[in-house]
Amino acid sequence: MAGGTANLAIRTASRTGARAASPLVKWTLIAVALVFLTLILLLPLGVVAIEALSEGLGVFTSAITDPVARNAIALTLLVAAISLPASILFGLCASWAITKFRFPGKQLLITLIDLPFSISPVIAGMVFVLLFAANDRSLFGGWIQSSNLRVIFAVPGIVLATMFVTFPFVARELIPLMQAQGKDEEEAAVSLGAHGLSTYLRVTLPNIKWGLLYAVILCNARAMGEFGAVSVVSGHIEGKTNTMPLHIEILFNDYQTAAAFAVAALLVLMAVGTIIAKSYVEWRAARDASIPR
Amino acid sequence: MLDAALQPVPRKSRSILPGFGLTMGYSLAYMSLLVLLPLAALALTAAKLSLPEFWDVLTHPRTLAAYRLSIGGALIAALLNTIFGVIIAWVLTRYTFPGRRIVDALVDIPFALPTAVAGIALTAVYAPTGWLGKPLASLGIQAAYNSTGIIIAMMLVSLPFVVRTLQPVLEEFDPELEEAADTLGAGRISIFFRVVLPALTPAILTGFALAFAKSIGEYGSIIFISSNMPGKTEIAPLLIMKRLEAFNYPAAAAIAVGLLAVSFILLLIINLLQAWTRRSASL
Repeated sequence: MAGGTANLAIRTASRTGARAASPLVKWTLIAVALVFLTLILLLPLGVVAIEALSEGLGVFTSAITDPVARNAIALTLLVAAISLPASILFGLCASWAITKFRFPGKQLLITLIDLPFSISPVIAGMVFVLLFAANDRSLFGGWIQSSNLRVIFAVPGIVLATMFVTFPFVARELIPLMQAQGKDEEEAAVSLGAHGLSTYLRVTLPNIKWGLLYAVILCNARAMGEFGAVSVVSGHIEGKTNTMPLHIEILFNDYQTAAAFAVAALLVLMAVGTIIAKSYVEWRAARDASIPR
Repeated sequence: MLDAALQPVPRKSRSILPGFGLTMGYSLAYMSLLVLLPLAALALTAAKLSLPEFWDVLTHPRTLAAYRLSIGGALIAALLNTIFGVIIAWVLTRYTFPGRRIVDALVDIPFALPTAVAGIALTAVYAPTGWLGKPLASLGIQAAYNSTGIIIAMMLVSLPFVVRTLQPVLEEFDPELEEAADTLGAGRISIFFRVVLPALTPAILTGFALAFAKSIGEYGSIIFISSNMPGKTEIAPLLIMKRLEAFNYPAAAAIAVGLLAVSFILLLIINLLQAWTRRSASL
Protein backbone atom coordinates (compact mmCIF):
# COMPACT_ATOMS: atom_id res chain seq x y z
CA MET A 1 0.00 0.00 0.00
CA ALA A 2 2.68 2.41 0.98
CA GLY A 3 3.95 3.57 -2.37
CA GLY A 4 2.08 1.04 -4.46
CA THR A 5 -1.26 2.75 -4.62
CA ALA A 6 0.26 5.98 -5.81
CA ASN A 7 0.29 4.40 -9.20
CA LEU A 8 -3.48 4.03 -9.16
CA ALA A 9 -4.00 5.99 -12.34
CA ILE A 10 -0.92 4.62 -14.03
CA ARG A 11 -1.80 1.02 -13.42
CA THR A 12 -3.67 0.46 -16.58
CA ALA A 13 -3.46 -2.94 -18.14
CA SER A 14 -0.35 -2.70 -20.24
CA ARG A 15 0.64 -6.31 -20.22
CA THR A 16 2.95 -7.42 -22.93
CA GLY A 17 4.70 -10.70 -23.19
CA ALA A 18 8.20 -9.96 -24.44
CA ARG A 19 8.04 -13.21 -26.21
CA ALA A 20 5.95 -16.30 -25.88
CA ALA A 21 7.12 -17.92 -22.66
CA SER A 22 7.68 -21.62 -22.67
CA PRO A 23 4.48 -23.25 -21.41
CA LEU A 24 6.43 -25.35 -18.91
CA VAL A 25 8.02 -22.30 -17.25
CA LYS A 26 4.77 -20.38 -17.39
CA TRP A 27 2.59 -23.04 -15.79
CA THR A 28 5.22 -23.98 -13.20
CA LEU A 29 5.44 -20.38 -12.03
CA ILE A 30 1.65 -20.00 -12.03
CA ALA A 31 1.37 -23.21 -9.99
CA VAL A 32 3.96 -22.00 -7.46
CA ALA A 33 2.15 -18.66 -7.09
CA LEU A 34 -1.26 -20.29 -6.69
CA VAL A 35 -0.10 -22.94 -4.19
CA PHE A 36 1.62 -20.26 -2.11
CA LEU A 37 -1.45 -18.00 -2.11
CA THR A 38 -3.68 -20.94 -1.26
CA LEU A 39 -1.57 -21.99 1.71
CA ILE A 40 -1.19 -18.53 3.13
CA LEU A 41 -4.42 -16.77 2.14
CA LEU A 42 -7.19 -18.88 0.62
CA LEU A 43 -7.07 -21.75 3.09
CA PRO A 44 -7.30 -19.47 6.16
CA LEU A 45 -10.20 -17.56 4.58
CA GLY A 46 -12.02 -20.79 3.74
CA VAL A 47 -11.43 -22.11 7.24
CA VAL A 48 -13.16 -19.05 8.72
CA ALA A 49 -16.32 -19.82 6.75
CA ILE A 50 -16.27 -23.52 7.58
CA GLU A 51 -15.47 -23.07 11.27
CA ALA A 52 -18.13 -20.38 11.58
CA LEU A 53 -20.78 -22.85 10.47
CA SER A 54 -19.22 -25.92 12.12
CA GLU A 55 -21.78 -26.01 14.91
CA GLY A 56 -24.71 -25.18 12.71
CA LEU A 57 -26.51 -22.08 11.57
CA GLY A 58 -28.09 -21.65 15.00
CA VAL A 59 -24.77 -21.13 16.76
CA PHE A 60 -23.70 -18.79 13.97
CA THR A 61 -26.77 -16.57 14.23
CA SER A 62 -26.81 -16.51 18.00
CA ALA A 63 -23.09 -15.65 18.03
CA ILE A 64 -23.61 -12.57 15.91
CA THR A 65 -26.92 -11.48 17.46
CA ASP A 66 -25.81 -12.00 21.05
CA PRO A 67 -26.12 -8.68 22.96
CA VAL A 68 -22.39 -8.57 23.71
CA ALA A 69 -21.60 -9.19 20.04
CA ARG A 70 -24.12 -6.55 18.98
CA ASN A 71 -22.46 -4.15 21.35
CA ALA A 72 -19.05 -4.92 19.84
CA ILE A 73 -20.43 -4.38 16.34
CA ALA A 74 -21.97 -1.05 17.38
CA LEU A 75 -18.71 0.11 18.96
CA THR A 76 -16.73 -0.90 15.87
CA LEU A 77 -19.09 1.11 13.67
CA LEU A 78 -18.93 4.09 16.04
CA VAL A 79 -15.14 4.08 16.10
CA ALA A 80 -15.00 3.94 12.29
CA ALA A 81 -17.63 6.69 12.04
CA ILE A 82 -15.45 9.03 14.09
CA SER A 83 -11.95 8.15 12.89
CA LEU A 84 -12.83 8.06 9.18
CA PRO A 85 -14.00 11.71 8.86
CA ALA A 86 -11.01 12.75 10.99
CA SER A 87 -8.55 11.10 8.58
CA ILE A 88 -10.40 12.51 5.58
CA LEU A 89 -10.34 16.08 6.91
CA PHE A 90 -6.65 15.84 7.74
CA GLY A 91 -5.87 14.20 4.40
CA LEU A 92 -7.68 16.90 2.41
CA CYS A 93 -5.99 19.72 4.34
CA ALA A 94 -2.50 18.24 4.33
CA SER A 95 -2.58 17.28 0.65
CA TRP A 96 -3.76 20.78 -0.34
CA ALA A 97 -1.07 22.54 1.69
CA ILE A 98 1.70 20.18 0.58
CA THR A 99 0.96 19.90 -3.13
CA LYS A 100 -0.21 23.42 -3.99
CA PHE A 101 2.37 25.51 -2.13
CA ARG A 102 6.11 25.77 -1.67
CA PHE A 103 7.50 25.80 1.83
CA PRO A 104 10.63 24.65 3.60
CA GLY A 105 10.54 21.30 5.36
CA LYS A 106 7.97 19.79 3.02
CA GLN A 107 9.80 16.48 2.70
CA LEU A 108 10.11 16.24 6.48
CA LEU A 109 6.37 16.81 6.84
CA ILE A 110 5.61 14.04 4.32
CA THR A 111 7.89 11.70 6.25
CA LEU A 112 6.20 12.59 9.54
CA ILE A 113 2.78 11.88 8.06
CA ASP A 114 4.01 8.38 7.20
CA LEU A 115 5.19 7.73 10.77
CA PRO A 116 2.16 5.84 12.08
CA PHE A 117 2.54 3.32 9.21
CA SER A 118 5.91 2.23 10.50
CA ILE A 119 4.99 2.10 14.17
CA SER A 120 3.91 -1.17 15.73
CA PRO A 121 0.18 -1.14 16.56
CA VAL A 122 1.02 -1.94 20.17
CA ILE A 123 3.19 1.18 20.41
CA ALA A 124 0.40 3.20 18.75
CA GLY A 125 -1.89 2.17 21.58
CA MET A 126 0.62 2.44 24.40
CA VAL A 127 1.46 6.10 23.76
CA PHE A 128 -2.08 6.98 24.83
CA VAL A 129 -1.74 4.82 27.95
CA LEU A 130 1.44 6.75 28.82
CA LEU A 131 -0.49 10.01 28.39
CA PHE A 132 -3.92 9.30 29.81
CA ALA A 133 -3.99 6.20 32.03
CA ALA A 134 -5.88 6.97 35.25
CA ASN A 135 -2.94 6.42 37.57
CA ASP A 136 0.07 8.34 38.91
CA ARG A 137 2.43 6.84 36.36
CA SER A 138 0.97 8.45 33.24
CA LEU A 139 1.76 12.02 32.21
CA PHE A 140 -1.76 13.41 32.58
CA GLY A 141 -2.75 10.78 35.15
CA GLY A 142 -3.18 13.19 38.04
CA TRP A 143 -5.45 15.44 36.06
CA ILE A 144 -7.45 12.49 34.67
CA GLN A 145 -7.91 11.02 38.16
CA SER A 146 -9.32 14.27 39.51
CA SER A 147 -11.80 14.53 36.66
CA ASN A 148 -14.61 12.24 35.62
CA LEU A 149 -13.12 11.76 32.18
CA ARG A 150 -11.74 8.32 31.40
CA VAL A 151 -9.72 7.83 28.23
CA ILE A 152 -7.93 4.54 28.81
CA PHE A 153 -10.11 1.45 29.28
CA ALA A 154 -12.89 3.57 27.78
CA VAL A 155 -14.25 4.50 24.37
CA PRO A 156 -12.23 7.75 23.88
CA GLY A 157 -8.96 5.80 24.06
CA ILE A 158 -10.20 3.32 21.47
CA VAL A 159 -11.16 6.19 19.18
CA LEU A 160 -7.78 7.93 19.69
CA ALA A 161 -5.80 4.74 19.00
CA THR A 162 -7.80 4.11 15.84
CA MET A 163 -7.36 7.72 14.71
CA PHE A 164 -3.62 7.29 15.22
CA VAL A 165 -3.29 4.16 13.08
CA THR A 166 -5.58 5.48 10.32
CA PHE A 167 -3.98 8.95 10.36
CA PRO A 168 -1.83 8.64 7.17
CA PHE A 169 -4.27 6.78 4.89
CA VAL A 170 -5.97 9.64 3.02
CA ALA A 171 -3.03 12.07 2.96
CA ARG A 172 -0.68 9.30 1.82
CA GLU A 173 -2.90 8.51 -1.17
CA LEU A 174 -3.74 12.08 -2.18
CA ILE A 175 -0.28 13.68 -1.98
CA PRO A 176 1.37 11.79 -4.87
CA LEU A 177 -1.84 11.97 -6.88
CA MET A 178 -2.16 15.75 -6.53
CA GLN A 179 1.58 16.24 -7.02
CA ALA A 180 1.25 14.51 -10.38
CA GLN A 181 -1.70 16.69 -11.33
CA GLY A 182 0.04 19.98 -10.55
CA LYS A 183 -1.81 23.19 -9.81
CA ASP A 184 -2.41 24.70 -13.26
CA GLU A 185 -6.13 23.95 -13.28
CA GLU A 186 -6.72 25.51 -9.87
CA GLU A 187 -4.61 28.55 -10.76
CA ALA A 188 -6.60 29.01 -13.96
CA ALA A 189 -9.87 28.80 -12.04
CA VAL A 190 -8.72 31.29 -9.40
CA SER A 191 -7.32 33.77 -11.92
CA LEU A 192 -10.64 33.63 -13.74
CA GLY A 193 -12.22 34.79 -10.50
CA ALA A 194 -13.43 31.53 -8.94
CA HIS A 195 -13.75 31.48 -5.19
CA GLY A 196 -11.29 29.28 -3.27
CA LEU A 197 -13.85 26.81 -1.97
CA SER A 198 -15.68 26.54 -5.26
CA THR A 199 -12.35 25.96 -7.01
CA TYR A 200 -11.70 23.12 -4.60
CA LEU A 201 -15.15 21.59 -4.98
CA ARG A 202 -15.39 21.98 -8.75
CA VAL A 203 -11.80 21.57 -9.94
CA THR A 204 -9.74 19.72 -7.33
CA LEU A 205 -12.27 17.31 -5.91
CA PRO A 206 -13.40 15.87 -9.28
CA ASN A 207 -9.74 15.23 -10.10
CA ILE A 208 -9.03 13.34 -6.91
CA LYS A 209 -12.36 11.66 -6.25
CA TRP A 210 -11.28 8.10 -7.12
CA GLY A 211 -8.06 8.38 -5.17
CA LEU A 212 -9.98 9.77 -2.21
CA LEU A 213 -12.58 7.02 -2.38
CA TYR A 214 -9.85 4.41 -2.66
CA ALA A 215 -8.15 5.72 0.46
CA VAL A 216 -11.43 5.93 2.38
CA ILE A 217 -12.26 2.30 1.58
CA LEU A 218 -8.90 1.03 2.87
CA CYS A 219 -8.97 3.41 5.81
CA ASN A 220 -12.37 2.09 6.84
CA ALA A 221 -11.14 -1.51 6.73
CA ARG A 222 -8.23 -0.61 8.98
CA ALA A 223 -10.47 1.35 11.37
CA MET A 224 -12.90 -1.54 11.72
CA GLY A 225 -10.24 -4.22 11.94
CA GLU A 226 -7.59 -2.62 14.13
CA PHE A 227 -6.56 -4.97 16.90
CA GLY A 228 -3.15 -4.26 18.45
CA ALA A 229 -3.54 -0.56 19.18
CA VAL A 230 -7.10 -0.92 20.40
CA SER A 231 -6.20 -3.95 22.49
CA VAL A 232 -3.75 -1.90 24.57
CA VAL A 233 -6.22 0.84 25.47
CA SER A 234 -9.47 -1.12 25.67
CA GLY A 235 -9.24 -3.00 28.95
CA HIS A 236 -11.55 -5.61 27.37
CA ILE A 237 -14.66 -4.65 29.32
CA GLU A 238 -17.39 -6.89 27.95
CA GLY A 239 -20.26 -4.99 26.40
CA LYS A 240 -18.47 -1.66 26.90
CA THR A 241 -15.01 -1.42 25.38
CA ASN A 242 -14.82 -4.47 23.11
CA THR A 243 -14.69 -3.89 19.40
CA MET A 244 -15.34 -6.80 17.03
CA PRO A 245 -11.68 -7.91 16.80
CA LEU A 246 -11.38 -7.82 20.60
CA HIS A 247 -14.63 -9.75 20.99
CA ILE A 248 -13.21 -12.39 18.63
CA GLU A 249 -10.10 -12.68 20.80
CA ILE A 250 -12.14 -13.21 23.95
CA LEU A 251 -14.39 -15.82 22.35
CA PHE A 252 -11.41 -17.65 20.86
CA ASN A 253 -9.45 -17.71 24.12
CA ASP A 254 -12.62 -18.88 25.87
CA TYR A 255 -12.77 -21.91 23.53
CA GLN A 256 -15.98 -20.64 21.94
CA THR A 257 -14.39 -21.35 18.60
CA ALA A 258 -17.51 -21.44 16.42
CA ALA A 259 -18.75 -18.15 17.89
CA ALA A 260 -15.32 -16.54 17.41
CA PHE A 261 -15.27 -17.59 13.76
CA ALA A 262 -18.87 -16.42 13.30
CA VAL A 263 -17.90 -12.87 14.27
CA ALA A 264 -14.69 -13.27 12.27
CA ALA A 265 -16.79 -14.23 9.23
CA LEU A 266 -18.49 -10.83 9.41
CA LEU A 267 -15.09 -9.14 9.28
CA VAL A 268 -13.99 -11.39 6.39
CA LEU A 269 -17.11 -10.24 4.52
CA MET A 270 -16.09 -6.66 5.30
CA ALA A 271 -12.58 -7.35 3.98
CA VAL A 272 -13.82 -9.03 0.80
CA GLY A 273 -16.29 -6.19 0.25
CA THR A 274 -13.41 -3.77 0.72
CA ILE A 275 -11.33 -5.52 -1.93
CA ILE A 276 -14.23 -5.63 -4.39
CA ALA A 277 -14.98 -1.93 -3.87
CA LYS A 278 -11.28 -1.13 -4.18
CA SER A 279 -10.97 -3.07 -7.45
CA TYR A 280 -14.01 -1.23 -8.80
CA VAL A 281 -12.51 2.15 -7.90
CA GLU A 282 -9.19 1.19 -9.51
CA TRP A 283 -11.03 0.16 -12.65
CA ARG A 284 -12.98 3.42 -12.77
CA ALA A 285 -9.86 5.48 -12.12
CA ALA A 286 -8.01 3.68 -14.93
CA ARG A 287 -10.97 4.22 -17.25
CA ASP A 288 -11.17 7.93 -16.42
CA ALA A 289 -7.41 8.28 -16.89
CA SER A 290 -7.57 6.70 -20.33
CA ILE A 291 -10.25 9.15 -21.53
CA PRO A 292 -8.48 12.29 -22.72
CA ARG A 293 -10.00 15.37 -21.19
CA MET B 1 16.85 39.66 -24.82
CA LEU B 2 19.70 37.46 -23.72
CA ASP B 3 20.03 39.40 -20.50
CA ALA B 4 16.39 38.85 -19.75
CA ALA B 5 16.75 35.14 -20.38
CA LEU B 6 19.67 34.94 -18.01
CA GLN B 7 17.79 36.67 -15.24
CA PRO B 8 16.82 34.18 -12.54
CA VAL B 9 13.15 33.39 -12.72
CA PRO B 10 11.57 35.34 -9.86
CA ARG B 11 10.37 32.87 -7.28
CA LYS B 12 6.87 33.64 -6.28
CA SER B 13 6.83 33.56 -2.54
CA ARG B 14 3.06 33.56 -2.52
CA SER B 15 0.91 31.30 -4.60
CA ILE B 16 -2.27 32.79 -6.03
CA LEU B 17 -4.14 29.82 -4.58
CA PRO B 18 -5.90 30.44 -1.27
CA GLY B 19 -6.10 28.39 1.90
CA PHE B 20 -2.47 27.74 2.75
CA GLY B 21 -2.66 29.13 6.27
CA LEU B 22 -5.86 27.32 7.15
CA THR B 23 -4.97 23.90 5.73
CA MET B 24 -1.38 24.00 6.89
CA GLY B 25 -2.34 25.21 10.34
CA TYR B 26 -4.96 22.54 10.76
CA SER B 27 -2.65 19.78 9.46
CA LEU B 28 0.19 20.75 11.77
CA ALA B 29 -2.07 21.16 14.81
CA TYR B 30 -3.84 17.86 14.22
CA MET B 31 -0.61 15.98 13.59
CA SER B 32 1.07 17.49 16.63
CA LEU B 33 -1.77 16.57 18.97
CA LEU B 34 -2.51 13.11 17.59
CA VAL B 35 0.95 11.84 16.62
CA LEU B 36 3.83 14.00 17.85
CA LEU B 37 2.61 14.68 21.40
CA PRO B 38 1.94 10.97 22.07
CA LEU B 39 5.35 10.03 20.64
CA ALA B 40 6.93 12.68 22.86
CA ALA B 41 5.18 11.00 25.80
CA LEU B 42 6.93 7.79 24.80
CA ALA B 43 10.32 9.48 24.82
CA LEU B 44 9.58 11.26 28.13
CA THR B 45 8.53 8.02 29.80
CA ALA B 46 11.59 6.17 28.58
CA ALA B 47 13.73 9.08 29.79
CA LYS B 48 12.59 8.39 33.36
CA LEU B 49 15.16 5.62 33.27
CA SER B 50 18.81 6.45 33.75
CA LEU B 51 21.08 5.42 30.92
CA PRO B 52 22.35 2.26 32.70
CA GLU B 53 18.76 1.33 33.61
CA PHE B 54 17.69 1.87 30.01
CA TRP B 55 20.55 -0.32 28.82
CA ASP B 56 19.65 -3.00 31.38
CA VAL B 57 16.07 -3.14 30.08
CA LEU B 58 17.24 -3.44 26.47
CA THR B 59 19.82 -6.11 27.21
CA HIS B 60 17.67 -8.13 29.60
CA PRO B 61 17.65 -11.73 28.29
CA ARG B 62 13.87 -11.64 27.88
CA THR B 63 14.04 -8.38 25.88
CA LEU B 64 16.88 -9.66 23.73
CA ALA B 65 15.01 -12.88 23.03
CA ALA B 66 11.91 -10.88 22.04
CA TYR B 67 13.92 -8.57 19.76
CA ARG B 68 15.68 -11.55 18.21
CA LEU B 69 12.35 -13.24 17.52
CA SER B 70 10.62 -10.14 16.10
CA ILE B 71 13.58 -8.98 14.02
CA GLY B 72 14.85 -12.42 12.99
CA GLY B 73 11.36 -13.69 12.20
CA ALA B 74 10.63 -10.53 10.19
CA LEU B 75 13.86 -11.02 8.23
CA ILE B 76 12.97 -14.60 7.29
CA ALA B 77 9.34 -13.69 6.52
CA ALA B 78 10.42 -10.75 4.34
CA LEU B 79 12.98 -12.89 2.55
CA LEU B 80 10.49 -15.68 1.77
CA ASN B 81 7.88 -13.11 0.74
CA THR B 82 10.37 -11.46 -1.57
CA ILE B 83 11.03 -14.75 -3.36
CA PHE B 84 7.36 -15.69 -3.67
CA GLY B 85 6.35 -12.06 -4.19
CA VAL B 86 8.59 -11.78 -7.25
CA ILE B 87 7.02 -14.96 -8.66
CA ILE B 88 3.47 -13.74 -7.95
CA ALA B 89 4.10 -10.27 -9.40
CA TRP B 90 5.75 -11.84 -12.45
CA VAL B 91 2.88 -14.27 -13.00
CA LEU B 92 0.31 -11.48 -12.61
CA THR B 93 1.99 -9.08 -15.03
CA ARG B 94 3.43 -11.42 -17.65
CA TYR B 95 0.96 -14.24 -18.06
CA THR B 96 -2.68 -14.52 -18.85
CA PHE B 97 -4.56 -17.38 -17.27
CA PRO B 98 -8.14 -17.95 -16.17
CA GLY B 99 -8.83 -16.24 -12.85
CA ARG B 100 -5.86 -13.88 -13.06
CA ARG B 101 -7.93 -10.85 -12.07
CA ILE B 102 -9.32 -12.66 -9.05
CA VAL B 103 -5.84 -13.71 -7.94
CA ASP B 104 -4.70 -10.13 -8.46
CA ALA B 105 -7.46 -8.82 -6.19
CA LEU B 106 -6.81 -11.58 -3.65
CA VAL B 107 -3.27 -10.35 -3.07
CA ASP B 108 -4.74 -7.24 -1.41
CA ILE B 109 -6.79 -9.18 1.14
CA PRO B 110 -4.20 -8.78 3.93
CA PHE B 111 -4.56 -4.98 3.63
CA ALA B 112 -8.25 -5.29 4.50
CA LEU B 113 -8.35 -8.39 6.68
CA PRO B 114 -8.29 -7.63 10.42
CA THR B 115 -5.17 -9.14 11.97
CA ALA B 116 -7.14 -10.91 14.71
CA VAL B 117 -9.12 -12.75 12.03
CA ALA B 118 -5.92 -13.69 10.22
CA GLY B 119 -4.52 -14.91 13.54
CA ILE B 120 -7.34 -17.26 14.50
CA ALA B 121 -7.71 -18.48 10.90
CA LEU B 122 -4.01 -19.35 10.63
CA THR B 123 -4.21 -21.08 13.99
CA ALA B 124 -7.13 -23.19 12.78
CA VAL B 125 -5.10 -24.15 9.72
CA TYR B 126 -1.64 -24.71 11.18
CA ALA B 127 -2.23 -25.79 14.81
CA PRO B 128 -1.31 -29.46 15.44
CA THR B 129 -5.02 -30.29 15.41
CA GLY B 130 -5.68 -28.01 12.44
CA TRP B 131 -6.42 -28.58 8.78
CA LEU B 132 -2.82 -28.61 7.61
CA GLY B 133 -1.22 -28.81 11.03
CA LYS B 134 -2.42 -32.38 11.54
CA PRO B 135 -0.88 -33.89 8.38
CA LEU B 136 2.24 -31.79 8.99
CA ALA B 137 2.45 -33.03 12.58
CA SER B 138 2.34 -36.63 11.38
CA LEU B 139 5.37 -35.75 9.27
CA GLY B 140 7.04 -34.42 12.39
CA ILE B 141 6.67 -30.76 11.38
CA GLN B 142 5.20 -28.33 13.87
CA ALA B 143 3.87 -25.21 12.16
CA ALA B 144 2.20 -23.40 15.06
CA TYR B 145 3.03 -22.36 18.63
CA ASN B 146 6.67 -21.97 17.57
CA SER B 147 8.70 -19.59 15.43
CA THR B 148 7.44 -21.26 12.22
CA GLY B 149 3.90 -20.18 13.04
CA ILE B 150 5.07 -16.66 13.84
CA ILE B 151 6.84 -16.43 10.49
CA ILE B 152 3.75 -17.73 8.64
CA ALA B 153 1.65 -14.99 10.28
CA MET B 154 4.24 -12.34 9.39
CA MET B 155 4.23 -13.57 5.79
CA LEU B 156 0.46 -13.32 5.54
CA VAL B 157 0.28 -9.71 6.71
CA SER B 158 3.25 -8.44 4.71
CA LEU B 159 2.88 -10.26 1.37
CA PRO B 160 1.02 -7.47 -0.50
CA PHE B 161 3.75 -4.94 0.28
CA VAL B 162 6.19 -6.93 -1.84
CA VAL B 163 3.83 -7.77 -4.69
CA ARG B 164 2.34 -4.27 -4.96
CA THR B 165 5.76 -2.62 -4.97
CA LEU B 166 7.00 -4.87 -7.77
CA GLN B 167 3.93 -4.92 -9.99
CA PRO B 168 4.01 -1.37 -11.36
CA VAL B 169 7.75 -1.64 -12.05
CA LEU B 170 7.26 -4.91 -13.94
CA GLU B 171 4.37 -3.38 -15.89
CA GLU B 172 6.51 -0.41 -16.93
CA PHE B 173 9.48 -2.59 -17.76
CA ASP B 174 10.31 -2.18 -21.42
CA PRO B 175 9.97 -5.57 -23.15
CA GLU B 176 12.26 -4.30 -25.91
CA LEU B 177 15.19 -4.76 -23.56
CA GLU B 178 14.35 -8.42 -23.21
CA GLU B 179 13.77 -8.69 -26.96
CA ALA B 180 17.12 -7.09 -27.64
CA ALA B 181 18.84 -9.54 -25.31
CA ASP B 182 16.91 -12.35 -26.96
CA THR B 183 17.99 -11.23 -30.43
CA LEU B 184 21.56 -11.07 -29.26
CA GLY B 185 21.29 -14.72 -28.29
CA ALA B 186 20.93 -14.55 -24.52
CA GLY B 187 19.24 -17.51 -22.91
CA ARG B 188 16.01 -17.21 -20.96
CA ILE B 189 17.66 -17.62 -17.56
CA SER B 190 20.47 -15.29 -18.50
CA ILE B 191 17.94 -12.66 -19.63
CA PHE B 192 16.11 -12.87 -16.31
CA PHE B 193 19.21 -12.61 -14.15
CA ARG B 194 21.15 -10.11 -16.24
CA VAL B 195 18.44 -7.89 -17.75
CA VAL B 196 15.24 -8.14 -15.73
CA LEU B 197 16.54 -8.67 -12.20
CA PRO B 198 18.94 -5.70 -12.15
CA ALA B 199 16.09 -3.42 -13.27
CA LEU B 200 13.87 -4.83 -10.54
CA THR B 201 16.45 -4.68 -7.75
CA PRO B 202 15.44 -1.30 -6.25
CA ALA B 203 11.77 -2.32 -6.17
CA ILE B 204 12.67 -5.72 -4.70
CA LEU B 205 14.68 -4.06 -1.94
CA THR B 206 11.89 -1.58 -1.25
CA GLY B 207 9.33 -4.37 -1.07
CA PHE B 208 11.61 -6.36 1.20
CA ALA B 209 12.11 -3.39 3.53
CA LEU B 210 8.36 -2.63 3.65
CA ALA B 211 7.53 -6.25 4.43
CA PHE B 212 10.27 -6.33 7.06
CA ALA B 213 9.02 -3.13 8.73
CA LYS B 214 5.45 -4.43 8.80
CA SER B 215 6.49 -7.81 10.24
CA ILE B 216 8.69 -6.36 12.98
CA GLY B 217 5.78 -4.58 14.64
CA GLU B 218 3.12 -7.19 13.90
CA TYR B 219 1.07 -8.25 16.88
CA GLY B 220 -2.56 -9.22 16.18
CA SER B 221 -2.05 -12.15 13.85
CA ILE B 222 0.90 -13.56 15.81
CA ILE B 223 -0.36 -13.81 19.37
CA PHE B 224 -2.91 -16.47 18.40
CA ILE B 225 -0.56 -18.75 16.49
CA SER B 226 2.30 -18.29 18.96
CA SER B 227 2.51 -20.02 22.34
CA ASN B 228 3.75 -16.65 23.72
CA MET B 229 6.33 -18.22 26.04
CA PRO B 230 8.66 -15.60 27.56
CA GLY B 231 12.16 -15.92 26.15
CA LYS B 232 11.01 -18.42 23.52
CA THR B 233 8.00 -17.41 21.46
CA GLU B 234 7.29 -13.99 22.91
CA ILE B 235 7.49 -11.24 20.28
CA ALA B 236 8.67 -7.73 21.21
CA PRO B 237 5.24 -6.04 20.94
CA LEU B 238 3.81 -8.66 23.31
CA LEU B 239 6.58 -8.03 25.82
CA ILE B 240 5.74 -4.32 25.67
CA MET B 241 2.13 -5.23 26.36
CA LYS B 242 3.14 -7.37 29.37
CA ARG B 243 5.25 -4.55 30.82
CA LEU B 244 2.34 -2.13 30.39
CA GLU B 245 -0.03 -4.52 32.14
CA ALA B 246 2.43 -4.70 35.04
CA PHE B 247 2.39 -0.85 35.10
CA ASN B 248 6.12 -0.83 34.36
CA TYR B 249 5.69 2.07 31.93
CA PRO B 250 9.38 3.12 31.69
CA ALA B 251 10.48 -0.43 30.76
CA ALA B 252 7.64 -0.72 28.22
CA ALA B 253 8.64 2.64 26.74
CA ALA B 254 12.32 1.66 26.62
CA ILE B 255 11.55 -1.57 24.73
CA ALA B 256 9.30 0.39 22.39
CA VAL B 257 12.02 2.98 21.75
CA GLY B 258 14.42 0.17 20.81
CA LEU B 259 11.88 -1.32 18.42
CA LEU B 260 11.08 2.11 16.96
CA ALA B 261 14.75 2.82 16.37
CA VAL B 262 14.93 -0.26 14.13
CA SER B 263 11.71 0.81 12.35
CA PHE B 264 12.94 4.36 11.77
CA ILE B 265 16.24 3.23 10.34
CA LEU B 266 14.15 1.08 8.00
CA LEU B 267 11.92 4.02 7.11
CA LEU B 268 15.01 5.99 6.16
CA ILE B 269 16.27 3.14 4.01
CA ILE B 270 12.83 2.77 2.38
CA ASN B 271 12.78 6.48 1.50
CA LEU B 272 16.23 6.27 -0.04
CA LEU B 273 15.27 3.13 -1.95
CA GLN B 274 12.10 4.72 -3.25
CA ALA B 275 14.04 7.70 -4.51
CA TRP B 276 16.40 5.25 -6.19
CA THR B 277 13.45 3.30 -7.65
CA ARG B 278 11.98 6.49 -9.08
CA ARG B 279 15.31 7.49 -10.57
CA SER B 280 15.96 4.16 -12.21
CA ALA B 281 12.35 4.05 -13.46
CA SER B 282 12.73 7.44 -15.11
CA LEU B 283 15.89 6.43 -16.94
